Amino acid sequence: MHEHTVLRIITKLIVAPILIFALYIQFHGDYSPGGGFQAGVVFAAALILYTLIFGPDRARRAIPPGALRVTASLGVLIYAGTGVVAMLRGGHFLDYDALAHDAVHGQHMGLLIVEFGVGLTVVSVILSVFYAFAGRGRRKDRS
Amino acid sequence: MTTDIVLNVVLLCFLVVTGLAIARLRNLFPVAMLTGLYSLLSASLFQLLDAVDVALTEAAVGAGVVTVLFLATFGLTRAREKPVPRSRTVIGLVVTSLTGAALFYASLDMPHFGAADTPVQTHPIRERYLQTMQEEVDIPNAVTAVLASYRGYDTLGEVTVIFTAGIGVLMLLGVSRRRNPEDRHDDHRGDS
Repeated sequence: MHEHTVLRIITKLIVAPILIFALYIQFHGDYSPGGGFQAGVVFAAALILYTLIFGPDRARRAIPPGALRVTASLGVLIYAGTGVVAMLRGGHFLDYDALAHDAVHGQHMGLLIVEFGVGLTVVSVILSVFYAFAGRGRRKDRS
Repeated sequence: MTTDIVLNVVLLCFLVVTGLAIARLRNLFPVAMLTGLYSLLSASLFQLLDAVDVALTEAAVGAGVVTVLFLATFGLTRAREKPVPRSRTVIGLVVTSLTGAALFYASLDMPHFGAADTPVQTHPIRERYLQTMQEEVDIPNAVTAVLASYRGYDTLGEVTVIFTAGIGVLMLLGVSRRRNPEDRHDDHRGDS
């Protein structure tokens, strides 16, 4: 898609704001609509747009598929780990009250961390699936 | 209120038209585009119903990611629907009509939109989620609080499902394992 100047310029202009918006949905999810799932898909959509216009090679250099497999597992691990930490601190599994000295504070912390884990897994899984499809199409073209 | 009704009717009409167009088209590239449009219209409807979370997800996944995945799939398979014998289209029409009629009949039993005496409004759990939550969790967005705190197990399950689905796709498409040897093989074949 190197010849499509309009698409390239527009993509360059809007990818960064979409990414910022995704981060806003992620970390402002306690106060406004949104959360990990929504932020994850919006973030992934921006990266997919980048891949469509600038090619899978540049996208793979920016975010390697191997790293995505690690972050996908890390997201689930962060979520479940928060539950285990709550247990170690004397609460029940996923009982965020135990995370800090006062219950409301613990809930705030728990929600933020858990939503981050959700977002991380969603971004990684969607991008991995997209890479898998894009990679196969390219290989077929070449052979 | 009237603008809401007008917008709802217009969007639903667009949905029906898009659905009919998808059913009629044989070339699958425009079908993928129209599926994206269908998702975007659904997202607008969700937005009108004040379900902003669902609208965000539908717009990003349905209109964005899934459309791109469809197009990527057409790179691997045929992008044209095979002609279907007439007898089978008739069976399909009958099954669809029956299902639609059953759903329509079931919808007559549903409470009216925004009615005050539904279980959603009167069940005690509502007070727990919307009022006690403000003391226990103290964040303005009740959806996030219910999703991640009161139903934390449920959401952990959902994340695990997404993770497992991703692993499943990667295993089926086998990109990670086969890429290096096969690339070398392809290059070799190209040289000879």
